[in-house]
Amino acid sequence: MAIVKKKDLTILEQTYLPQVVKGLGQTFKQMFKPKFTRQYPEERWVSPPSFRGRPVLVEEQGKERCVACGLCSRVCPALAIEVQAGETELEKERYPEKFEINMLRCIYCGFCEEVCPEEAIVMSDEFELVFNNQPEAIYGKDKLLFPKERVQKRLDFLKENR
Amino acid sequence: MPEWLINLLITLAKIAVVHGVLLTCVAYTVYLERKVSAFMQDRIGPNRVGPFGLLQPLVDVVKLLMKEDIVPVNANRFVHSLAPIISILVALSTIAVVPFGNTINIAGRDIQLQIADVNVGVLYFLALSSLGVYGVTLSGWSSNNKYSLLGGLRSSAQMISYELAMGLAVLAIVLMNGSLELDTIVKNQAGWHWNVILQPVGFIIFITAALAETNRHPFDFAEAEQELVAGYHTEYSSMKFALFFLAEYANVIVMSAVITTLYCGGWQFPFVHSMGLSPTLISILQVLAFCAKTFFWVFFFVWIRWTIPRFRYDQLMNLGWKVFIPLGIVNLVVTGLVLLLMKH
Repeated sequence: MAIVKKKDLTILEQTYLPQVVKGLGQTFKQMFKPKFTRQYPEERWVSPPSFRGRPVLVEEQGKERCVACGLCSRVCPALAIEVQAGETELEKERYPEKFEINMLRCIYCGFCEEVCPEEAIVMSDEFELVFNNQPEAIYGKDKLLFPKERVQKRLDFLKENR
Repeated sequence: MPEWLINLLITLAKIAVVHGVLLTCVAYTVYLERKVSAFMQDRIGPNRVGPFGLLQPLVDVVKLLMKEDIVPVNANRFVHSLAPIISILVALSTIAVVPFGNTINIAGRDIQLQIADVNVGVLYFLALSSLGVYGVTLSGWSSNNKYSLLGGLRSSAQMISYELAMGLAVLAIVLMNGSLELDTIVKNQAGWHWNVILQPVGFIIFITAALAETNRHPFDFAEAEQELVAGYHTEYSSMKFALFFLAEYANVIVMSAVITTLYCGGWQFPFVHSMGLSPTLISILQVLAFCAKTFFWVFFFVWIRWTIPRFRYDQLMNLGWKVFIPLGIVNLVVTGLVLLLMKH
């Protein structure tokens, strides 16, 4: 290893003036560089398919894919998901009577999506959640059901990378 | 109309105009600070209220006026209210001695573009700038809050240390001009005989001391956010806080005006007389030159704030007592020697 000898500062350097002038020049140059600001409400960010927004239930032909196996509820580290199964005449025989995600507890880890055998619960691209009180933060099936087309990007991504 | 009444009216008009301009500029210095800091950090800054966010200062003032005025339970109510008044009073009074233009002639009457032409202008400025420390220290003490108190203490120690250096730097200029009158100092800087060229060391001392006196970065120890919450104005809200804010920026503008006056030729516009313009135009150009120079120094204050990080407290004290005061004395002695040699 080379030995780095620390040089003593020259008298000019000890006054710090050249360094101060250099710093001033740097900040002045910086003023004319392009800005990074995004004008948020007007100009929105388009998320890549790998982005994990709030989890949603995939809706196919007006019915959810979910078979209410309860795996997502089991795996959820934040205990945010509650599923209650019911019987149905359809081929899948079971469906969730009640499917609730407490969005105050959800940590967007994506484990539910990973564990789901039916690809019925996926992470959407939505991340702007607003609620005024705690009961409102519990999202039921009315808010969770997303038509398949809206999450197609994510489904394709999962097919490729899972 | 009797003579004294006319003089009184003229002085009142000057006070109204100067303070009107000063307070408007203060509001827009805040805007400038926010814009420049944003630009230096690759951001855009305020741009929502009015075109380019130009109405932002007005909206801020309205917001501050509508806020609740809170006084801590154990605070000394009287001093707590007095402190911001002292701060703003001192900041606004200092501008009185700064000449912002040559004497003009309106309707056969010579009017000096300076509110008060006192023959000890330099002394007046130094005295008032040291009074400013009372506002900060008293607010720190009266808030009954440890952070405020620490901020106030630091500020008083800092101001006392840097006042000496500032005084020594100014003294060299007084020595050169043989006068304490700011108007004379400006007149002696005609052409390119600016003191910044004749007194480079004094200039650097003065600029640094000015930054310390106005409690601006890199010497903003009185309100070091990371250490002292907000320092001396932690316990202030509503318009009292706004007064401190106003005082800070008014101080910046006044200090810029003083730097311009003492070191950058004041209202002197080089070569303006050789351009063959009418006297009225020359006067206007001179006032504009003063404004432009002052603006540059205001920008410099903002610029340096967003360039240099805060010093450590002991570094500040070392710099003040061990570097700037000896340097100031050496500068003074050398100036005196040179003047003596030039005489013979």
